[in-house]
Amino acid sequence: MIRGYFAVYYRELLIMKRRLPKMIATMSVSPLLYLIAFGYAMGGNVNVDGHSYMEFLIPGLIAMSSMTQAFSIASEINIARFYWHIFEEFQAAPINSFAYVLGEVCAGMTRAVLSVIVIILIGFLFGVSICINFYFIAAVLLNSFLFASLAVGMAMLVKSHADQAMFSSFVITPMAFLGGTFFPLDNLPLWAQKILSFLPLTHASNAIRKAAFGEIPEILSYIVLFFTGIIIILWAFWCVDKAKD
Amino acid sequence: MIKIENLNKFFKSFQALKDINLLVEKGELFAYLGPNGAGKTTTIKILTGLTKYSSGKVSLNGYDVKKEGLFAKEQCGVVPQSINLDQELTVFENLDIHGRLYKIPKKKRDFRINELLEYLEVADRKDSLAKQLSGGLKRRVMIARALVHSPRILFLDEPTVGLDAAIRKRIWAIIKRIQQDGATIFLTTHYIEEAEYLAQRVAFLNEGSIVENDTPKNLVDRMGAWAVDKVVDNQLKTSYYKKREDASAYTACQNTDCMLRRVNLEDSFLSLTGKKVK
Ligand SMILES: Nc1ncnc2c1ncn2[C@@H]1O[C@H](COP(=O)(O)OP(=O)(O)OP(=O)(O)O)[C@@H](O)[C@H]1O
Ligand SMILES: [Mg+2]
Repeated sequence: MIRGYFAVYYRELLIMKRRLPKMIATMSVSPLLYLIAFGYAMGGNVNVDGHSYMEFLIPGLIAMSSMTQAFSIASEINIARFYWHIFEEFQAAPINSFAYVLGEVCAGMTRAVLSVIVIILIGFLFGVSICINFYFIAAVLLNSFLFASLAVGMAMLVKSHADQAMFSSFVITPMAFLGGTFFPLDNLPLWAQKILSFLPLTHASNAIRKAAFGEIPEILSYIVLFFTGIIIILWAFWCVDKAKD
Repeated sequence: MIKIENLNKFFKSFQALKDINLLVEKGELFAYLGPNGAGKTTTIKILTGLTKYSSGKVSLNGYDVKKEGLFAKEQCGVVPQSINLDQELTVFENLDIHGRLYKIPKKKRDFRINELLEYLEVADRKDSLAKQLSGGLKRRVMIARALVHSPRILFLDEPTVGLDAAIRKRIWAIIKRIQQDGATIFLTTHYIEEAEYLAQRVAFLNEGSIVENDTPKNLVDRMGAWAVDKVVDNQLKTSYYKKREDASAYTACQNTDCMLRRVNLEDSFLSLTGKKVK
């Protein structure tokens, strides 16, 4: 079933290796800006649940960044597909569509993990250290798995690069802001909390934050992330199969 | 062996291929000719599993393209019409990833890649990024890539488009060598002389239907041996003759400029498809 996934992943790794300095620079910009703008300038004496705002913000940024970086492979796949026609090389190869999906998902997860490491290091610079344990790693991996799978499926579904950008600004960006990344959801009206609790990112940021504080996160969040991820990767597999005209 | 039976392909309501039947024997070099939009690329995409077809039966070396897709794919290599190298990777990396996709063990893969780069005379550009290569080099790298897994059937979709005469001739020599090594070759081209020079058999495709399928020699013979071109009302008119004397006699009694020449495959192509190809 998954025979050949590594070739797909290896190709992405080679490209990432070549772009590594640029990628790391890009990955550092937005967390740095958020930390300076919200963490320093605004939240100096704000206290959230007994933590400084900076301590609250960093796990949120980790959740957000692992989502956006994992999802960013969608536009890479699109460029490779519509512009360079590289997707044809994978379609013509004797590999299962699932191997292709898995290879790309691994690539998305690698990017996500890289960006998380960047943020943890930036956190150190700002004097915030977080607790990196099994719960933390599992939540980061599940979150990036889910959004990398979503990226592959979306990349197959869209008909152009512009469609892709639209999906990002209508789905990914709102989620990045509302998924418990920048502010605790407890202050919102109950109905809004109910709606937002359906977003996978809300579960990811809750779990990542609790783990980062050294507390034990809710297991429900892991179950939601895991099963949503499985459903999405199966859907992505179906999309790749359907992407032939 | 490539076998196509009653193949039909629809894009929504547009029928791109109409009841195609074709048999390409093992070791044969077959040329598939047709004007722009005739359906050549669509046929290759169906044979290589890139596009689904609407009805019919298609197999490569006995493996059904739909039911035994992975086996069928292992039989063939493709050089697509549009350049699809990974521009940000080196020549070697492009070929290496191809070898990994076909699960060739590392040692064998490295050996084969180096051998092919020598064979196609691109060994000195092994570590150049694909985007730095000229069009002719890119084509040759694409041919090398398609051969990494030693396919028994090779599809070449306009392998010499946009290349200068010298490089085109070199690619012809390479194609002949690949055939001598035992591969079956399915070639499309807009250069009729290319098909005439290379192919044992050609088929003409027009608006999705095969209008003729024979050896280049038979097709040419059927037209006659000699052709006279003349311009009447800004249109090129050609008449065909079996004997040179008849053609000369016709030329002599014309008052416009005429050109007497040998019949070639292009005459046959034009008379059957009714279109002038570049
Ligand atoms: N994905 C698609 N959707 C709709 N129509 C398509 C699609 N791909 C090809 N066609 C149509 O099918 C017909 C055959 O196209 P094809 O690319 O096979 O032609 P071709 O013989 O390769 O032409 P060329 O010599 O220009 O490469 C054309 O009319 C084309 O517009
Ligand atoms: Mg074509």
